[in-house]
Amino acid sequence: MKSLRKFMDKIKPHFQEGGKLSKLESVYDGMETFLFTPNTTSRSGVHIHDSNDMKRTMITVVVALLPCLLFAMYNIGFQHFKAIGADATFWQMFLFGLLAMLPVIVVSYAVGLGIEFIGAQIHHKEIQEGFLVTGILIPLIVPINTPLWMTAVATAFAVIFAKEIFGGTGMNIFNVALITRAFLFFAYPSKMSGDAAFVKVDSAFGYGGGNVVDGFSGATPLGEVAINVGDKLNLDTTTVDAFIGLIPGSPGETSMIAILIGAAILLITGIASWRVMASVFIGGLAMGALAHAFATPTYPASMLDPLAQLCFGGFAFAAVFMATDPVTGARTKIGQYIYGFLIGVFAILIRVYNGGYPEGAMLAVLLMNAFAPLIDYCVVQANINRRLKRAKAQ
Amino acid sequence: MLSKRNKEAFFNPLSKDNPVLVQILGICSTLAVTAKLEPAIVMGISVIAVMAISNVVISLLRKTIPTTIRIIVQLVVVAALVIIVQQILRAYAYDVSLQLSVFIGLIITNCILMGRLEAFALSNKPWPAFLDGIGNGLGYMIILVIVAFFRELLGSGTLFGFQVIPQWCYDHGYMNNGLMILPPMALITVGCIIWVHRSRNKELQEK
Repeated sequence: MKSLRKFMDKIKPHFQEGGKLSKLESVYDGMETFLFTPNTTSRSGVHIHDSNDMKRTMITVVVALLPCLLFAMYNIGFQHFKAIGADATFWQMFLFGLLAMLPVIVVSYAVGLGIEFIGAQIHHKEIQEGFLVTGILIPLIVPINTPLWMTAVATAFAVIFAKEIFGGTGMNIFNVALITRAFLFFAYPSKMSGDAAFVKVDSAFGYGGGNVVDGFSGATPLGEVAINVGDKLNLDTTTVDAFIGLIPGSPGETSMIAILIGAAILLITGIASWRVMASVFIGGLAMGALAHAFATPTYPASMLDPLAQLCFGGFAFAAVFMATDPVTGARTKIGQYIYGFLIGVFAILIRVYNGGYPEGAMLAVLLMNAFAPLIDYCVVQANINRRLKRAKAQ
Repeated sequence: MLSKRNKEAFFNPLSKDNPVLVQILGICSTLAVTAKLEPAIVMGISVIAVMAISNVVISLLRKTIPTTIRIIVQLVVVAALVIIVQQILRAYAYDVSLQLSVFIGLIITNCILMGRLEAFALSNKPWPAFLDGIGNGLGYMIILVIVAFFRELLGSGTLFGFQVIPQWCYDHGYMNNGLMILPPMALITVGCIIWVHRSRNKELQEK
């Protein structure tokens, strides 16, 4: 540790004003604060500090995502070996999923952090840690068969156009990870939906190759529901299957159990707002019940019962990890209830009544991201008016 | 003929006072007709023609038009010209006129046109008004062509309908970006052009 400190001190002058590498100042700064606690302290006044700074917040979210990530790796292997009809042990499945997901994680971080570093150099600003969470969210919500170059293009697009041009971490209007997915969804629709997107059938780094068995379909439950014909749903997957999560789907979204563990971590540490999370589920239940009450074969997804609506697809993942993003969501307490409730309603509304999109959680969160400032504004104005009235009455 | 003022009337709209980039006018048609290069160029030429002629006509009539009904007169002139352009396109470039559909007709409501008639043609002689019309039309067309170039190249892999991205790219997994065909990406492309333009012309940057 000491030699590292010495080394950092030795190379410091090069990075300061006038040094040979002064352009890379923020890279040095970023590495220094990454390795050591910054030794700058406030000089005046009283400062109350919480030990919970941005870095710790971000890391907590990453920890909360770990159950989803680990389960995703196992499930990718599970689906793969099911597709090729081979027997495999738990560890073989996990290894396959690890090998399949690793390149996506590396690409997501390399592209996103690369752009953040370059942006910080150009503006001579500190490198911010905002991409830590986004970088792990992207591999979890992008279908596993998406070609890596597409993920790279989409990540670059999202970081530049959804974050950097608004002023960087904490200033973005839309959730960066969801913009990545939305970009992929609209730019390369054939790779983002259908039977071939969600189950990796070819080998990962030459591991686990084999031929797909006859009659295998990699369709997600919601994908199957969307093309259902007739008065009854012909669905093999039960709500319990979806709760456990060994079903095809985007890597992170399949298992309710893993998501609920993550939700518990976020709520216990107080990182995420329980108001948003709860109201998304209530909104989803309400809309699901409404759709179920008026179920028709024209919209097959309306025949799903409300609980199944919550367990299938990306609804729960969006509710726990996307809607609760403090930057893009509503900040006022009443606003958070409205914001969350409408996300839940819209997610199910799009899923059930828009034939083009079997899943609506992503679009619902992005839509409400755009409305979050307006909701906050109305709540604050209403409060001001209420108090003005009270002041006048006296 | 080409005094300093006339030159300004012609050259300013090309970059420094570009109707799309600086005045942010005519965005609607910029988003609508730029999915392919060919309709974009036809649209650009149509706007240049309508704008130049209507500028001259209004400039000739500028002393006889009562100010209270000037907008109506301008609309009549522009509408007549737009109908002529529409008929010519239907006669000689039927396919393109189908692609442009309502947007040729909507030149009537193009803010650039009304803006130039109000701001320039009503208070200038025919020759400068003609140059101003051509200049603004060109300024509009340049942006249309740049946007359409990127949208057609990345969205369809073609330019003027000819495939330019080699087949082996597709064989190796390259895919056309479907988002480029959709209007939102046209808006973002225009945004990028404005970004580059502002960073090169520091005096245009808003504080």
